Amino acid sequence: MSVLVDIEKKLGSFHLRAKFEAGDEVLALLGASGCGKSMTLKCIAGIVKPDRGRIVVDDEVLFDSEKKINLTPQERHTGLMFQNYALFPNMNVLENIRAGTRRERKTETRSTREDRVQKVMETFGLLPLARHLPSQLSGGQQQRTALARILVSRPSILLLDEPFSALDSHLRFRLEQKVRDVMEEFGKSVILVSHNRDEVYRLADKIAVMDNGRIVTCGDKKDVFHNPKTRHAAIMTGCKNISKYRMLPDGRIEALDWGLTLQSSQKTSEEGYIGIRMHGIADGEGQTDNVFLFNVLEELENPFSFTIMLQPEGETDTRPLGWELTKEEWHRLRAPKVKVMLSDEELLILEN
Amino acid sequence: MDLYPLWNSLRIAGISTVIIFFFGIFSAYYIAKAPRLVKGILDVVLTLPLVLPPTVVGYILLRLLGPRRPIGALFLELFDLRLTMTWWSSIFATTVVIFPLMYRTARGAFEAFDETLAYSGKSIGLSNAYIFWRIRMPYCRQGILAGTVLAFARALGEYGATSMISGYTPGHTATISTTVYQLWRTDNDALAVKWVLINMAISFVVLLAVNMLERKTHGEIAAKTIKDA
Repeated sequence: MSVLVDIEKKLGSFHLRAKFEAGDEVLALLGASGCGKSMTLKCIAGIVKPDRGRIVVDDEVLFDSEKKINLTPQERHTGLMFQNYALFPNMNVLENIRAGTRRERKTETRSTREDRVQKVMETFGLLPLARHLPSQLSGGQQQRTALARILVSRPSILLLDEPFSALDSHLRFRLEQKVRDVMEEFGKSVILVSHNRDEVYRLADKIAVMDNGRIVTCGDKKDVFHNPKTRHAAIMTGCKNISKYRMLPDGRIEALDWGLTLQSSQKTSEEGYIGIRMHGIADGEGQTDNVFLFNVLEELENPFSFTIMLQPEGETDTRPLGWELTKEEWHRLRAPKVKVMLSDEELLILEN
Repeated sequence: MDLYPLWNSLRIAGISTVIIFFFGIFSAYYIAKAPRLVKGILDVVLTLPLVLPPTVVGYILLRLLGPRRPIGALFLELFDLRLTMTWWSSIFATTVVIFPLMYRTARGAFEAFDETLAYSGKSIGLSNAYIFWRIRMPYCRQGILAGTVLAFARALGEYGATSMISGYTPGHTATISTTVYQLWRTDNDALAVKWVLINMAISFVVLLAVNMLERKTHGEIAAKTIKDA
């Protein structure tokens, strides 16, 4: 394993307990703000000291509370990038990147280090911007400078904290591809912190969902999205329809918040949560299982789709379900009452 | 006209500003990082000279440094050195009085510092000393500069504590402010006005210098932006 983290940290009433490992791959920490994902990165980088635990990167122990090992941030070689990129405002692009080679000033000649600076600047297309101050750069240029500065410092792991949140949304997509290339080229472990499920799905191999200081679900990204296992992971991966359920004696599931009784062949507990993604709901025409008649409460128009809010026929105070479908489909099906299927394959059985 | 008071005032203010520059920054840096309770207590103690009447500061200093008082007696005994009534005794007074100005402005500047810059610096391997001198200090430059100049100007004008600890001996401990007082007391208006004008001129030049310094750094950045664009 290239990176192994098993740490605990108490800060006031907040209790961080992060445990995960990853190989030479991209692991995303997905969670809402304040869930402890940034603090986890700071613990790995040595900025925050965990109360107890162990952090190992590339077989090097960075922190071990039992063996009393706690390397300084400078000794850790963790390339930490903040969401504001943290470029030194009083230094231009060249000086910022040059600062990333200072660790080797005793072991390498000046010209060797200067060659490395030139090379990385060329790779990131920063040579024409060498004399610019960070305040004169666009968000994307700042990101490139920050990445260049980190990579020239020869990190053994990349820690990226919300790398795109400071950028305009139209820029993000293009820069995401750049970052994906960088991560691929880097070839070692990358830990990416984000609250954006789309970004995480596109960039990561593995996802760990965090909630209130704990990792609630961890696994291959496709598995996590397909079977989030916990209520929180379902929310973080974008599932909008979630209800409490109770098992009925006949084996069926009563979704209490929705006012529906569903059939499922999935393994369920006595009680828990059940979810279905908005696009997991389907037209129930010609189907038999889990098909219900719903009143249409509201239709919300999105740029390329509709979100229809549904409530079971005869109910008035249950939590409405959101159904997302293409514009063409809704134009075809549009009616005050619709027959809809919550297919067993789309149901997510969740623990709290 | 004897210019000794001008020279004496400038060296007292200069020396105490240099002392306070390092001491104030040092205290500000460590107290900004201290736990809340320690910070609260130290903050009150260190800011006290700002609100105390200078005569009270002078009194406390005399109680400590006077020839029959604990510290003063010790120095007299060990080094045969009197700590009061010399020109440099005023440095004790001005140092204590101007300390809060430097400390508070520097602390404000340090607290406004974006800590992620230091974290990123450490993460790419920069030493703590490099981060302090090459990143933190330039970032906080304006606050620290403002504090230094304010402290210098205040030291130049210090009267109460200075007159108590150094007294007024022409050509020996006289400063501009004690000279003005003495001239007024002896009805020598003509000379008093001259010293008043000198004092105002120095303060004017000091403040002008700061303004120009600030404009220059802004100007450089602006010119660079235009050139590069």
